[in-house]
Amino acid sequence: MKYVETSTGKWEVVIGLEVHAQIISNSKLFSSASTKFGSAPNENVSFVDAAFPGVLPVINSFCIDQAIKTGLGLNGNINLVSYFDRKNYFYADLPQGYQISQYKHPIVSGGYIEIENEDGEIRRINLERIHIEQDAGKSIHDQSPTKSYIDLNRSGIALMEIVTKPDMRSADEVTRFVKKLRSILRYLKTCDGNMDEGSMRADVNVSIHRPGTEFGTRAEIKNVNSIKFIASAIGFEIDRQIDILESGGVVDQETRLFEPSTGKTHMMRSKEDAQDYRYFPEPDLPPLVLEQCRIDEIRSTIPELPDAKAARLQRELDLPHYDASLISSEMETANYYEAALSHLPFGDNEAAKMLSNWMLGELFSYLNKDGKAIADCNISPKDLAELVVLIRREVISGKIAKEVLKLMWDSGKSASVTVEENGLRQITSVSDIEKCLVGILEEHPDKVAEYKSGKEKLFGFFIGQAMKKMQGKANPQVLNDTLKRLFEK
Amino acid sequence: MHTLSIYGARQGLLSGKFSSVELTRCFLDRIRKFIDLNAFITICEEQAMKSARKSDEKLAANDGIGELEGIPFAIKDLFLTKGIRTTAGSKMLHNFIPPFESTVSQKLLDAGAVFLGKTNMDEFAMGSANITSHYGSVINPWSSGDKKLVPGGSSGGSAAAVAGHLCIAATGSDTGGSIRQPAAFSGIVGLKPTYGRCSRYGMVAFASSLDQAGPITKTVRDAAIFLKVISGYDEKDSTSSHSPVPDFESFAGKSAKGLRIGVPKEYHIDGMSSEIEDAWRKGVDIMRDAGAEIFEISLPHSKYALPTYYIIAPAEASANLARYDGVRYGFRAEGAKSLDEMYEKTRGEGFGEEVRRRILIGTYVLSAGYFDAYYMKALKVQKLIKKDFDDAFAYVDLILTPTTPTSAFAFGEEPTDPVTMYMNDVLTVTANMAGLPGISVPICVDKLNRPLGLQFLAPRFREDLLIQGGYVLEQNSNFPTLKEII
Repeated sequence: MKYVETSTGKWEVVIGLEVHAQIISNSKLFSSASTKFGSAPNENVSFVDAAFPGVLPVINSFCIDQAIKTGLGLNGNINLVSYFDRKNYFYADLPQGYQISQYKHPIVSGGYIEIENEDGEIRRINLERIHIEQDAGKSIHDQSPTKSYIDLNRSGIALMEIVTKPDMRSADEVTRFVKKLRSILRYLKTCDGNMDEGSMRADVNVSIHRPGTEFGTRAEIKNVNSIKFIASAIGFEIDRQIDILESGGVVDQETRLFEPSTGKTHMMRSKEDAQDYRYFPEPDLPPLVLEQCRIDEIRSTIPELPDAKAARLQRELDLPHYDASLISSEMETANYYEAALSHLPFGDNEAAKMLSNWMLGELFSYLNKDGKAIADCNISPKDLAELVVLIRREVISGKIAKEVLKLMWDSGKSASVTVEENGLRQITSVSDIEKCLVGILEEHPDKVAEYKSGKEKLFGFFIGQAMKKMQGKANPQVLNDTLKRLFEK
Repeated sequence: MHTLSIYGARQGLLSGKFSSVELTRCFLDRIRKFIDLNAFITICEEQAMKSARKSDEKLAANDGIGELEGIPFAIKDLFLTKGIRTTAGSKMLHNFIPPFESTVSQKLLDAGAVFLGKTNMDEFAMGSANITSHYGSVINPWSSGDKKLVPGGSSGGSAAAVAGHLCIAATGSDTGGSIRQPAAFSGIVGLKPTYGRCSRYGMVAFASSLDQAGPITKTVRDAAIFLKVISGYDEKDSTSSHSPVPDFESFAGKSAKGLRIGVPKEYHIDGMSSEIEDAWRKGVDIMRDAGAEIFEISLPHSKYALPTYYIIAPAEASANLARYDGVRYGFRAEGAKSLDEMYEKTRGEGFGEEVRRRILIGTYVLSAGYFDAYYMKALKVQKLIKKDFDDAFAYVDLILTPTTPTSAFAFGEEPTDPVTMYMNDVLTVTANMAGLPGISVPICVDKLNRPLGLQFLAPRFREDLLIQGGYVLEQNSNFPTLKEII
């Protein structure tokens, strides 16, 4: 257990999250309007989303399937009966004057995600629940000095609120949790996790206490929309609360906002001003009753998730834990790796490891340099696999392979075409190499004499000269062996 | 011609005795002539004549004739009518022109009905006398002399229009009695269907778990014909039912022999006039004479229905009416300097007193610290009320009670405190609380010549029994139907 140490002693930090994840669905939770991001303001608004008189919500069953899938993917219990409630508050971008949410009886109870700490410790972060609710619209205040504008495109979009137990103990754990959660949701294809588009955002509850004592009073930081901001907000909040407590004050239960430009949080409302949402059962919707067979059917569509995938890669391919978890951490990376793997000889674990090295090493550094996602990479998985095969078959050396990959990155051509077009095929013929070496030995009789008199370091000199002559294409092993043999003669 | 029922008008139109244009003209003229009843908020003369001509073409061609082809209807101003202003009796929606049609009115249009206009109502259906409308009170066509009677509410405009023969039939909506009570006050038939029988899509919501659309008609047979047209599952309303829709009209005329009818002792409430008791007895006698068996039954939690109703209905209303905020449509108050001020002014000026009162009650009972004591308790009581009926319907087919504890009262004689006014619904709210269907049928007039009605209640989705029992009652009551407005 990690603590924050100050001059007065140790503090334990307790953090819980409420993550709002937008459900991937073409239409909204209770209407048939589109959920397309980036549409013109108020383009995707039905009469239901604008809360016209007389309209009624109708559940989009695909969104329910998505929530069930998420619940199963996060190891939760799917409740066969759940209810919708109205959460009442007034705001200009909340057309109904209430949000339809699930309060007392959510669709998913419990669940957990396992994260690996920096020191390799596996920590289980438990979930309290997952419920479904509709999003509000957006108020735009910066378009006019006197007016506010409302965009209802987001109004009615389906969200899952994923609520954790207060199980996290540091900003680092929270960062790892959110990344893992996002990765699982992407694997499940239930949320795209694009925080910059608002598809995922979190309310962060932070409190501190002395180890061994009861939890402290928490402050809630609302609506933080990037992993970096979450970490900064937590860092600031821990310092703020320590300052208060160490100077003899008390932390108030309040709602705060994170300001990205300053990295600080500030008070939004105090406990006294806390809203009374007057929840009550949504009378326009019957209870959400699920058949077990529907849940089973959805369970059968759940893909292999990151932890299982990493374990399998380790088991089947003998990959190191580090490689396996890195490959599995993002679905796109895993997909790329597995697609490439299918082009390697089955059971060739050395090739599998080489593939991992080339992907996580060289390929990733190119991607990072150009800021590209692996899905947009113009070297196909098949091409990368071919590069590995060429190395394995000694058509090229590892050193040449780096050059080949660079050429492939620039041209988009396959590995073999690149090798042939640029004449990079490795020279493995013993007689060719011997011929070259003999020539070099003849050119440097003095060096040969020095070598023979005991200056063995000169071995490298002859290898270097030969490589230079053969444009680096000589098979290093054959070259070494041949030179040794020539000297022994 | 103006006293025709749906049944009679249909025969006349089909046999070519008169055209829909003639019929429609007749009612439009009457609406103008009796404009002082204030039964309509909006009259759709042009559109009515246009659709009457269209119906006449269909009738002439004998092609695509709907069940209600060419028959002039009035629509309570709570049903959204595409392109026709829909106010719900409120200033809040004084300029609201719906971009879509309610399912109930669409079904009527599809059946060939001609819409004469939108009828007056208590604001957002909150009232029992049609005196809370922003568009003025409605006068009961039974009024005579100086004393103007209220028509009941909230479907007061529809009831007055049907009773005064300003239309052949009208839609109503019933959340706590808003179809049956004005029907009783106005000497006509009002049927509140089972919750879920008719789609609520496109009805301005008052209390979503209780609201139900239904027919206001001159006869029980008409109610049956009308009900069949507007019933059925609607994918746009998740609370609507898949229950099959029988040919309700075929139950009009079915003998009462063997019907088991319950008379609940708890409905003899304090302060109920002896005339109401007499009317009730008359109804019981009629049914017994027609071959029904009569049983005294007990619905022990009945007395809690009204207070419970006045927790649940306002609670839902407080949320349902939150959307009227001046942001997107309807009334917006001028001169607000902040969002909160815009809400306050818009809702303060846009809603009338009764609506504001119920929003406050609803907000209160849902508030932290009161929710369990009021709202949750009310839900528990509601379960008991439902169970009372389930128990009773294990023994009887129908329950017969008075519709209202009094006859229509005159303007100026109405109760001044809201709670006494709420007593008007005391005999009707139970059906809403339990989701049951009910029908009010006129039985007699009191000594002041004011109509009295009796109500039948039936198990869920047994409107066929309401038609069967209601028809027997109607045929044997010798009710002196209003022929003309004095």
